[in-house]
Amino acid sequence: MTAISVSSPRAIAWPAIIKEAALTAFVALLLTVPLVGLRTVDRPTGLGLETRWNEVVAAVGLVFLGRIGICLIREGQGVLVLVLAAAAAAAGFFIKMPTEALRIILIVGGAIIAIRAAMAVRTGRSKLSQAERDKRMDRIAAKVQDASRWLGPIGVVLALAFPLTPLADRQLLDIGILLLTYVMLGWGLNIVVGLAGLLDLGYVAFYAVGAYSYALLAHYFGLSFWLCLPLAGLLAAFSGVLLGFPVLRLRGDYFAIVTLGFGEIIRIILVNWYQFTGGPNGISGIPRPSFFGIADFTRTPAEGTMAFHEMFGLEFSALHRIIFLYYLILVLALVVNFFTLRVRKLPLGRAWEALREDDIACASLGINRTNMKLAAFAIAAMFGGFAGSFFATRQGFISPESFTFIESAIILAIVVLGGMGSQIGVVVATLLVIGLPEAFRELADYRMLAFGMGMVLIMLWRPRGLLAHRDPTILLYGRKGKGAGGPAAGTAAAGGEGIAGGRAK
Amino acid sequence: MDYFLQQLINGLSLGAIYGLIAIGYTMVYGIIGMINFAHGEIYMIGAFVALITFLALGSLGITWVPLALLVMLAASMLFTAVYGWTVERIAYRPLRSSPRLAPLISAIGMSIFLQNYVQILQGARSKPLQPILTGNLTMMDGAVSVSYVRLATIVITVALMYGFTQLITRTELGRAQRACEQDKTMAGLLGVNVDRIISLTFVMGAALAAVAGMMVLLIYGVIDFYIGFLAGVKAFTAAVLGGIGSLPGAMLGGVVIGLIEAFWSGYMGSEWKDVATFTILVLVLIFRPTGLLGRPEIEKV
Repeated sequence: MTAISVSSPRAIAWPAIIKEAALTAFVALLLTVPLVGLRTVDRPTGLGLETRWNEVVAAVGLVFLGRIGICLIREGQGVLVLVLAAAAAAAGFFIKMPTEALRIILIVGGAIIAIRAAMAVRTGRSKLSQAERDKRMDRIAAKVQDASRWLGPIGVVLALAFPLTPLADRQLLDIGILLLTYVMLGWGLNIVVGLAGLLDLGYVAFYAVGAYSYALLAHYFGLSFWLCLPLAGLLAAFSGVLLGFPVLRLRGDYFAIVTLGFGEIIRIILVNWYQFTGGPNGISGIPRPSFFGIADFTRTPAEGTMAFHEMFGLEFSALHRIIFLYYLILVLALVVNFFTLRVRKLPLGRAWEALREDDIACASLGINRTNMKLAAFAIAAMFGGFAGSFFATRQGFISPESFTFIESAIILAIVVLGGMGSQIGVVVATLLVIGLPEAFRELADYRMLAFGMGMVLIMLWRPRGLLAHRDPTILLYGRKGKGAGGPAAGTAAAGGEGIAGGRAK
Repeated sequence: MDYFLQQLINGLSLGAIYGLIAIGYTMVYGIIGMINFAHGEIYMIGAFVALITFLALGSLGITWVPLALLVMLAASMLFTAVYGWTVERIAYRPLRSSPRLAPLISAIGMSIFLQNYVQILQGARSKPLQPILTGNLTMMDGAVSVSYVRLATIVITVALMYGFTQLITRTELGRAQRACEQDKTMAGLLGVNVDRIISLTFVMGAALAAVAGMMVLLIYGVIDFYIGFLAGVKAFTAAVLGGIGSLPGAMLGGVVIGLIEAFWSGYMGSEWKDVATFTILVLVLIFRPTGLLGRPEIEKV
């Protein structure tokens, strides 16, 4: 973290650089020899080995060069490294490489080093300290947070208008629905993780409860989607209370592991209880939603019912149902968002934020911790249940496959990457986590690899989440950035919403 | 009775494996207070390195079983330890002073990365291996037969645990590690290189997980890139059950979980054994939140 001026030419300590790079390359060699250099392949006689020493050599060589590049940035040769790294990335991008892996290492590695070099050139520093980076991003985050006041409505209007534009084809609408589903789940989990500060690793369990509630109720009792939606939410909330009641007294990490266990239990039950849930085969033929129970989205409706296109005098189009589903999930997601925005200003929401900041202080102030956490848990579970039953009706088929731990991890990643407690952060993170992989579908195999690496990189770059925002919604004295004003300023900032009586008791 | 003994041996060997993985979790949690989610994948990599080493030895013509096993053990411990070290260096060390959730998300990312890394490189299909160590030890006039592999697992685990306990309680390294566990700042002030100790903790945890991976390969004879997740979750459960931060606790927790699984599968069928494991975990945590051997935590304001 020492500041080194770029302009002053100095002797470069080559021996030290070579030594450091050689050490890194040696570690890379140890890492790649067994798994990259030797591949197990299925042969008719059993397992066999195949050698890929060229890939090992390439990887080790690139790591060596990359390390030298990083050292040179530190030594103040930012411009040179920038040019070389950008050239390497471009070479990986345009020239055909013998293996795909080599290409990806070149592009990603070159790009990362180039960015670092560019930063070094711009700031004249080899490396920004964590605090400086944080401060810089905090400013951006604060700006975005401010901008969200008008950005939010614009986003909603755009989302509302999108299906009506000629742009909207089947594929884009499907991606939109997928994104909105994750936004809704992210907002739902944000209540538990971002507001109440509880680490829930099994949120997907409630999603599963919601999905299976609708699927089973429709399958066994023939209930309609519109009746099942609230029921699914209730059942999910009930299961949240059922789980939460015994475990909410546990401390942070124990709580996390129990929720993870609960998620797995739900999944195992779904797999094993095949008489009831269809086991690993899942449930197919889940009825599609009707237009609020009035009309169906079919070309030829059954006797006595109406078709959507007849009702509105439109030409029949298979897109109608997709558009309807899109609006449905949009409204559901906005309900969650609206709820969160409002509840933050209620005693309940303020108690959650207080619990997140200091558990023990809350107990001393007479807040019933268990009940407050239970409420957060149950409400988030309910929203998860809504999203689940939407998922079931959209897919028409569900199986335990869709409710693995990785889903919980993805939803949690959305919340944490976006910045805990930030509503707009969830949207941004969803675009990154779900949208980017969708856009790069041709990468197929490397998608999840890049996903994992991306999670690590974002956390390294910005440990508190992209748009971290954890100022209490309502403060007794003044608001963020304005310093501690007098009581009068506090009243003004809180918009006269009864700031002093802010305890939920 | 014979059936009972059989299940007991199965449970103990399974528990030994969980215990070996759990030690990695518990040490890391003790020293930096994070759940190292990628530890399950480290164990999976250990199993893969053992498999690859065995195949490489086979193609070199070395087939004498004791030598092959020793080389496998050494290679998988070495290479997996490098993976453990690298994961810590890349994904956790820069986040030492960050909010608690950041390293956890980073760890989940690392876990997803490693899983897909192995899947892409080694293929998604499960890898079968013909039994290397065959034969059974029969006792009580053939009523109980214990395979040598399971016996070896238990023996090796006990030996490793003995050596490891000596390492932690007797050597300077162990003292430094325990000091870091108590108070990192103070240990640093007294001349302990805290970063190095944390790195070594990861290296040791990974090496022990590699042993577990190799044992699973030998006992079950089939591995795939996905085995790390469930084993990791159960091993973490074991660590929590035993009292997180406590080494004997991790081993005890592992054995308890192994026994529950073995007896549950033996008497009730194997479908619900995971549910039984997690239910026991929840019950233990409710009635004894610090685990079986954990120290009670004092809430400080």
